[in-house]
Amino acid sequence: MSETPLIADLGGKPEEAPLSGGLSGAKIGVVTFPGTLDDRDAARAVKLAGGTPVALWHADTELGDVDAVVLPGGFSYGDYLRAGAIARFAPLMAKIVDAANSDAKLPVLGICNGFQILTEAHLLPGSMVKNDHLKFICRDQVLRVENNRTAWTNQYDEGQEITVVLKNQDGQYVADEKTLDELEGEGRVAFRYVGWNPNGSRRGIAGITNAAGNVVGLMPHPEHAVEPGFAPLGADGHYSTDGLGFFTSVLSQLVEAK
Amino acid sequence: MPRIVVDVMPKPEILDPQGKAIVGALPRLGFTAFSGVRQGKRFELTVDGPVTDEILEQARNAAETMLSNPVIEDVVNVEVLDA
Repeated sequence: MSETPLIADLGGKPEEAPLSGGLSGAKIGVVTFPGTLDDRDAARAVKLAGGTPVALWHADTELGDVDAVVLPGGFSYGDYLRAGAIARFAPLMAKIVDAANSDAKLPVLGICNGFQILTEAHLLPGSMVKNDHLKFICRDQVLRVENNRTAWTNQYDEGQEITVVLKNQDGQYVADEKTLDELEGEGRVAFRYVGWNPNGSRRGIAGITNAAGNVVGLMPHPEHAVEPGFAPLGADGHYSTDGLGFFTSVLSQLVEAK
Repeated sequence: MPRIVVDVMPKPEILDPQGKAIVGALPRLGFTAFSGVRQGKRFELTVDGPVTDEILEQARNAAETMLSNPVIEDVVNVEVLDA
């Protein structure tokens, strides 16, 4: 049996990528762990933004020549022990942690379970516990971009409101008060929930960045809001492709750096 | 075969949503004496042979670095159970 390709060939030509021309060479690794669900969506988002997705396997011992890495959503190791707790010890994660902390500052985006893995790996502070209402939640969610100076948010305006998908059970962001004050003081809250707090997250935090701005994690799913027809309806009644900005942001930064 | 038991509990300042759901359900079965529930985890580590100080130290390290997340949980007990 042949392996299922990371991105299905759906026939026809995709619409012109928003940032085409010279960008398709940028390689964005998408890591698959046992139990990862959203690797294909993440890879598709990379491609729609104009980049080249590269499939990475958790047991790989080398990162290869990727220019950035996405840890996608899902339920790695069935969320056993704690969400992300076992995936954190995958061989490839050691390489990703080293590369993210190196002078090269590899851009790393953790989405949902990927965010949980980043906190377990100590690349980002805090942790996630069960939603305060205990239910799995799946809905369109408005976020406010609080920091547009990171590798993954530089194509947004500060304060811009974007609509993406939120779907999780362990989505309540927690950290001690000192850590929360530091995050706020250093402008490291990257995204906040708008309209309501869907899971009891401290201070309405949906996503955060590290001090250097190369590592970003968030619970909602930008990769599910990149194509008309397969995305949330935005406030204006049109399909939201607001999530595409994450991927065009990192591609834009990579081009500038070259 | 001796076992090392590790007990992990959510930190006191972290609201435990599971414990809260359980304490809400208990009275429905007539268990009305309990005003709070906190749900933790118990791990049993089996050792092939005697538990040396070094093995117990390994268990404590594993408890702090992998079995618990110090941001949200405390290791409240590490003890040896004789088979």
